[in-house]
Amino acid sequence: MINKIWFFIIAFSVAFAATNGRLELLNQEIFASLKSSLDLSLGLLGSMMLWCGLLKAAEKAGLVEKLSSIIRPAVGLLFRDIPAGSAAMGAMIMNITSNMLGLGNAATPLGLKAMTELQKLNRGRETATNAMCQFLVINGAPICLIPSTVISIRASLGSSNPGAIIIPSIISSAAAITVGVICCKVMEGIGGNTR
Amino acid sequence: MSIVIPFIILFILTYGYARGVTVYDAFIEGAREGMDITLKIFPYIVAMLLAVGMLRASGGLSLIAFIMKPITFALKIPEEILPLIIMKPLSGSGSLGVLADILKKVGPDSLIGIIASTIMSSTETIFYTITVYFGSIGIKNIRHTLWAAIIADIAGIIAAIAICSRMFQ
Repeated sequence: MINKIWFFIIAFSVAFAATNGRLELLNQEIFASLKSSLDLSLGLLGSMMLWCGLLKAAEKAGLVEKLSSIIRPAVGLLFRDIPAGSAAMGAMIMNITSNMLGLGNAATPLGLKAMTELQKLNRGRETATNAMCQFLVINGAPICLIPSTVISIRASLGSSNPGAIIIPSIISSAAAITVGVICCKVMEGIGGNTR
Repeated sequence: MSIVIPFIILFILTYGYARGVTVYDAFIEGAREGMDITLKIFPYIVAMLLAVGMLRASGGLSLIAFIMKPITFALKIPEEILPLIIMKPLSGSGSLGVLADILKKVGPDSLIGIIASTIMSSTETIFYTITVYFGSIGIKNIRHTLWAAIIADIAGIIAAIAICSRMFQ
């Protein structure tokens, strides 16, 4: 998918620039973009090291487990058809918590584990369950308490207040999740209920 | 707001220290991971800044923004952030490059820069996640997942625009 998009953006740009006489501008931009990639990545490097370092300390101190116990009741309410103490519930909670702390590397394996456990409850069928759909929708707008990458990129581009986006992001995610969960609940009934 | 970050740092380190974590070693270990991540996404940033830069320089971006005008106008979406909205559901590292491009153009502290940053951190790569997660367990019929996720994504974007416009005007 990205392969096609990337190719067509570049092919279209060259063709379009050729038709409207912007080839000279295009040529300058190619080399300007390489320079700005380098500047950006160098700036990003320091900031990413700071946040990943801090988050590693948080991970080792058990902040993930702590946060898990706080969000457990809310997740239980959203997934009423999944047993509270099940491996599926445990993996989903850990995945959501990792996302909250911006630990993307930890979140994906936990998410895949959660899907495997949900599939066991589905007895291996090829149709998604309500819980799976809802889990993915929640994953699509993770509430992130420390969006380290975005903060880093803002800092590296000279923002005077890189963290200003934390609170609006949390509210936006919460809005997206609310709408998504309502959509799931409404659409579950339509098109045949599977569990 | 700018006082938040020093306190986050203090909180995490104090929490770890009180629990007997060797915070210095943990920091070094994590920082090394951060370095690896940055090096890993560096080629993606080059690829995306190149593609988006070329699209802009050729005039193609203005053309797309012009075509999408009825939609962006109706939803009050600033046209500068259009490339991000299109890229974000598809690719995390790709959209990071697009975000960097936008922030460089409008400034990270401008209203549009803040909206773009908020959208970046409050939405996810839904197409990618859905493909990988369902693919990993052999689900063929994903039912309403994609539609619900797209509607949630749009709701998040609208919320980001509304909240940031109110908070940072």
